[in-house]
Amino acid sequence: MIAESMYQELILEHYKHPQGRGLRDPYDAEVHHVNPTCGDEITMRVKVGDGGKVEDVSYDGQGCSISQAAASVLHELTTGSTVDETLAVVDEFTRLMQGRGKVEADEDVLGDAVAFAGVAKFPARVKCALLAWMAYKDAVVRSSK
Amino acid sequence: MSTGFDVERIRKDFPVLSRELPGGRPLVYLDSGNSAQKPTQVIEVMRDHLAMHYSNVGRALHALGAESTEAYETARDKVAAFIGAPSRDEIIFTKNASEALNLVAYAFGNPITEDPRFRLAPGDEIVISEMEHHSNIVPWQMLAQRTGVKLRWFSVTDEGRLDLSNLEELVNERTKMVSIVHQSNVLGTINPVAQVLARVREVGALMMLDASQSVPHHAVDVAALGVDFLAFTGHKVVGPSGIGVLWGRGELLDAMPPFMGGGEMIEAVWMDHSTYAPAPHKFEAGTPPIVEAIGLGAAVDYLSEIGMDAIARHEHELTGYALDALGEIPGLKVIGPKGLEQRGATVSFTLEGIHPHDVGQILDDNFGVAVRVGHHCARPLHLRFGIPATTRASLYLYNTPAEIDALVRGLHHVRKVFA
Ligand SMILES: Cc1ncc(COP(=O)(O)O)c(C=O)c1O
Repeated sequence: MIAESMYQELILEHYKHPQGRGLRDPYDAEVHHVNPTCGDEITMRVKVGDGGKVEDVSYDGQGCSISQAAASVLHELTTGSTVDETLAVVDEFTRLMQGRGKVEADEDVLGDAVAFAGVAKFPARVKCALLAWMAYKDAVVRSSK
Repeated sequence: MSTGFDVERIRKDFPVLSRELPGGRPLVYLDSGNSAQKPTQVIEVMRDHLAMHYSNVGRALHALGAESTEAYETARDKVAAFIGAPSRDEIIFTKNASEALNLVAYAFGNPITEDPRFRLAPGDEIVISEMEHHSNIVPWQMLAQRTGVKLRWFSVTDEGRLDLSNLEELVNERTKMVSIVHQSNVLGTINPVAQVLARVREVGALMMLDASQSVPHHAVDVAALGVDFLAFTGHKVVGPSGIGVLWGRGELLDAMPPFMGGGEMIEAVWMDHSTYAPAPHKFEAGTPPIVEAIGLGAAVDYLSEIGMDAIARHEHELTGYALDALGEIPGLKVIGPKGLEQRGATVSFTLEGIHPHDVGQILDDNFGVAVRVGHHCARPLHLRFGIPATTRASLYLYNTPAEIDALVRGLHHVRKVFA
């Protein structure tokens, strides 16, 4: 059935056991994003070190499984990479989510985030999946100011 | 469970209830509080009017104009009889309940009328409640912004009832209008109109009911209620969307300013001023939703034929069945009265640790169960309970205990997925 392609095991796993959750110090920028239609929210902190390396992405928030699992996957994918590398992932993820289920995901770029491919078929849920990623993009921009 | 009510026969009147959803899922429609499905009787009347009798109303002198006008005005008679309005001229067709509520809010502090009941002085107050639909909040907030009138509200108790402990203080000599919901679209609570109205009369204020969720489900008689205004919306009473009703006491409607200006709402027009038609036409500017009004007439005919008391009994038994069945699901918390006293067939709930959007998605995708998830246009009420959203099952005349069972099976599955 349709939902089974959306609630992938990996998504449920991240929802039940979120990685890197909780706000931590030190950080360069903190942002708060909300999804007004469903009330999902996230607070995110980013710490960028020498050579543009993402040293920590910490977050807290509430919402549906899709929005919470997305934040957990994001934490795993971004921490330890360079800002430039992670922004490429953000772009690819955004392209996938906005593709109405018709876009082929680039697994090499997205890694575990390909599990969200099924969400793209549900316009009402795309914003849930994007919440953490948009917050991350915002935080990175601010941290470089 | 037997309700002495032939629900299987009623279901045959609603074509959509026998369709299949993609993937071969049956449809279990538990979202009538959002919008009701339509019986063949309504669809056919509208189709026939569009096909064979359609023309503009009021202003065409030919045969079709006469037939259309006759059908449109007959719909007004039917609606008047359905809600016990003393006069057919007290029925104003609007686009929906929201427009009816805005129309009344717009009458206050409006320089076009000098009637003291609608004039606003510094310190005047309007009273609503924390359980209102946004349609009965925002028009009054906008009035407050326009005029400086003070907006106040009843709180809601933990059980989901109107908190009347401060009724005397809240409704006072400064109060101009009390506008509350008759039956909550989230909690299912039916509010104690008589008790509030008694205080409203003591202080000489006006009272309006948002009856969007009561008129579809049980007999509503405006004369017996004794309030001044009542609004409801066509699409929730098995009628079409695009048509709503404002009922108001005739002499108040006479005293009120028009809402929108345009054709049909005038008596005579000069270049620098106009005089207005009497109610209801004063409030129906422009070409109205003709076929929608006729469809609404067919809808109230349909409900009357079955009988509103029979519908209310059926829903009452179904609600009891649903509350019992849902009560057995671990982690499920009903937001609203747990008993059947003064409560309608709307059951909202939270499932511990699982977001309503996940609940709704799995119910729909795996089981074809259509519920509503979110704040149901009652955000302040959800804030009151400290939750961002709920899942809402809202039942109607065509729902069955088997559909409640499907909901319960679905919820058990939801819990398994997120365990
Ligand atoms: C209690 C209540 N009031 C008002 C409305 C608004 O109805 P409409 O959107 O048709 O104007 C609704 C339904 O959405 C409702 O449930």
